[in-house]
Amino acid sequence: MALLQIAEPGESVAPHQHRLAIGIDLGTTNSLVATVRSGMSVVLSDEKGHPLLPSVVRYTADGNVGVGYAAEPWKSLDPKNTIVSVKRFMGRGRADIAHSETLPYDFVDAGGMVKIKTVAGIKSPVEVSAEILKTLRLRGEAALGGELTGAVITVPAYFDDAQRQATKDAAQLAGLHVLRLLNEPTAAAIAYGLDNAAEGIYAIFDLGGGTFDISILRLAKGIFEVLSTGGDSALGGDDFDHRVFCWIIAEAGLKPLSLRDTRLLQGHAREAKEYLSQHGEAPITVKLSSGEYVDLVLTTDIFTEITRTLVQKTLSATKKALRDAGLTIAEVRGVVMVGGSTRMPQIQHAVGEFFKQEPLNNLDPDKVVALGAAMQANLLAGNRAAGDDWLLLDVIPLSLGLETMGGLVEKVIPRNSTIPVARAQEFTTFKDGQTAMSIHVVQGERDLVSVCRSLARFELRGIPPMVAGAARIRVTFQVDADGLLAVSAREQTTGHEARIEVKPSYGLTDNEISEMLKESFSHAREDASLRALREMQVEAKRLLEAIRSALISSGGILSVDERARIEVAMGHLQSVVDSDDRPAIDAAMKALNDATDEFAARRMNQSVQQALAGKNIDQVTL
Amino acid sequence: MSFENSTLRPDFSADHFALLDLPRQQALNGDELGQKFRSLQALVHPDRYVQAGDAQQRLAMQWATRVNEACQILKSPGKRALYLLTLLGFDPQVESNTAMPVAFLMQQMELRENVMAARAAGDEAFLEAAHATLCRDVAESHQQLIELIDHQHDYTAAADLVRKLMFQEKLLHEINDALEAVTS
Repeated sequence: MALLQIAEPGESVAPHQHRLAIGIDLGTTNSLVATVRSGMSVVLSDEKGHPLLPSVVRYTADGNVGVGYAAEPWKSLDPKNTIVSVKRFMGRGRADIAHSETLPYDFVDAGGMVKIKTVAGIKSPVEVSAEILKTLRLRGEAALGGELTGAVITVPAYFDDAQRQATKDAAQLAGLHVLRLLNEPTAAAIAYGLDNAAEGIYAIFDLGGGTFDISILRLAKGIFEVLSTGGDSALGGDDFDHRVFCWIIAEAGLKPLSLRDTRLLQGHAREAKEYLSQHGEAPITVKLSSGEYVDLVLTTDIFTEITRTLVQKTLSATKKALRDAGLTIAEVRGVVMVGGSTRMPQIQHAVGEFFKQEPLNNLDPDKVVALGAAMQANLLAGNRAAGDDWLLLDVIPLSLGLETMGGLVEKVIPRNSTIPVARAQEFTTFKDGQTAMSIHVVQGERDLVSVCRSLARFELRGIPPMVAGAARIRVTFQVDADGLLAVSAREQTTGHEARIEVKPSYGLTDNEISEMLKESFSHAREDASLRALREMQVEAKRLLEAIRSALISSGGILSVDERARIEVAMGHLQSVVDSDDRPAIDAAMKALNDATDEFAARRMNQSVQQALAGKNIDQVTL
Repeated sequence: MSFENSTLRPDFSADHFALLDLPRQQALNGDELGQKFRSLQALVHPDRYVQAGDAQQRLAMQWATRVNEACQILKSPGKRALYLLTLLGFDPQVESNTAMPVAFLMQQMELRENVMAARAAGDEAFLEAAHATLCRDVAESHQQLIELIDHQHDYTAAADLVRKLMFQEKLLHEINDALEAVTS
């Protein structure tokens, strides 16, 4: 095949330069890492051939950290220091955690995101998740044989801003460059859609270990457009296990359990559930450390009965997502099943009945999310091959709003808005001479602040003193392609940029993150500043390469002077890029970015105009 | 819409219709809008510029935001009408003119009360029926808007209708919420 390759807009990869990129499915129960090799997305296994990494982290007194299979045997032996299902705690406060009374951890509740006290000190869920991500990063680097350009990390579509931010922070802590946070059902849609050349409306039903998502997508000519999404970020296989666990306790009439026995019984509950997926009934025989015996049989009928409300919850969310998309069941072409928990026959049956069609199970429900993430990572890293041309358009799952007088919520961006999205709202002062204003950002669908998620509080200071009602403060919400929110504010009458202080309600501050980074480095004896330097050099070289190719393809829109200015800035960056002078590289990059601002704007305008002039998209080059 | 583009850098002088290459009128082919929207996003979306410099990435985000905004407004017949009336130099006075025919207001209030009662009583059948009726009314208003704006050029009547439509859409939203509350 001697086809000529043409670089896509904004991209410039020499054919021999394959960039190393991975996709990570950071799951509640298991995590995976995948990559695209010779055009095929593959899951990377560990040295023993295990594709899955149990999402289990164990801390020991000597400061060692065990992850995955190394930590798993300790779940019931050392329950306080062996953290499972940490994803449920990401961006969550103490009060948000369901069944926390049956969890063995010493929770530390200092407001904001919950933390866990271990023998190795107090750990944030972000740090625990970072251990899992780091293990997967090392697996990826070992398999690919080099430094990674970046990673796509998946999150439940129904994750709110705090949960997304926590995931991104964990990735940073694990030394990963995040190319994109990708919604899990969207990742599955990519893997399914590209494998099957699917076109039309598809529903992705994703029931994992701890989260449930339903996404409705339109697949058309390489564009994956999410029309709506819904779900429950605290509903998954764990909850089905918990129902079985409670049933065992009630049936066997057990006394209050020790931590060890709780973990032991939870394990048996899960095994019984999984066994039931293949067999009509599951025997449960356990000898507890208290000397009590459990000898029960869980039948399909009992299981169906005790989990009925959970299944119902998934269907309610599905109904709502369809309504949001303005679609009927008849318009749905296929229902793709994702997540280990969709193996339960009850789920298969309920979904089939709801959609009046057989669900699609032709992809491994455990792997499909990681495979899709790897495909997206490969694309974003710039390894786009000919014909490999597709784009994702995703949405925010929950409305974003502000608290107004009386504890009410003013919605600023409604749920299921396509991202990136920006919206502004104007406010005024309440008192004469008021110079500060407090703004509370919330996420959720209800009209009352008290039942929405608090995301952050902002203090605007430096508003010029005026009579009440005269100041006009414009607050702008911008949600980027990762689904993350940024807020800015400006006083309109004077143009005064109000200073914003952000206090994330359930997140970590920048300071906390840099402290954690420092700590993790001192532990691993890696040199933080050396890594930061290397990252900056890579970034700088990427910028140089991008601009060089932009000059080749569309340098014609620049005057001689303009071009010379850019070339000077490039030359300057080139001269410092290999030095170890970080501030100098940083300054040169900033200067080059500034110098190319106008160039970038013109190229963008030009390409849009060309597109509007009726040219086919694939004829347009930048 | 309270969102202004003035804070954004790119050349946003084109109106939403021009941006999406659609005729400046109330009648709109939804499939065509979807198609134009997707083609444009395929060009400007930030995912296309992950490897480019900061400036280009920032611009891509602004462009994609702009395209989403345009599509979101044009997609909704009510928002489209408001936007179009403003473009045509007619002030629809949505904020200032709150005068409504009494009969219409009474009817809306009664409907709303019935919806609240049905919600409290868990009467799904009533809500479904009210939903269907209102959807028909809304669809009829959409048709009328096309007639009033595109053919009769009666912008005053169109603005009145848009204000009614906003009431209806809000009620439709409440019925949806009620249905959600009742069925979950």
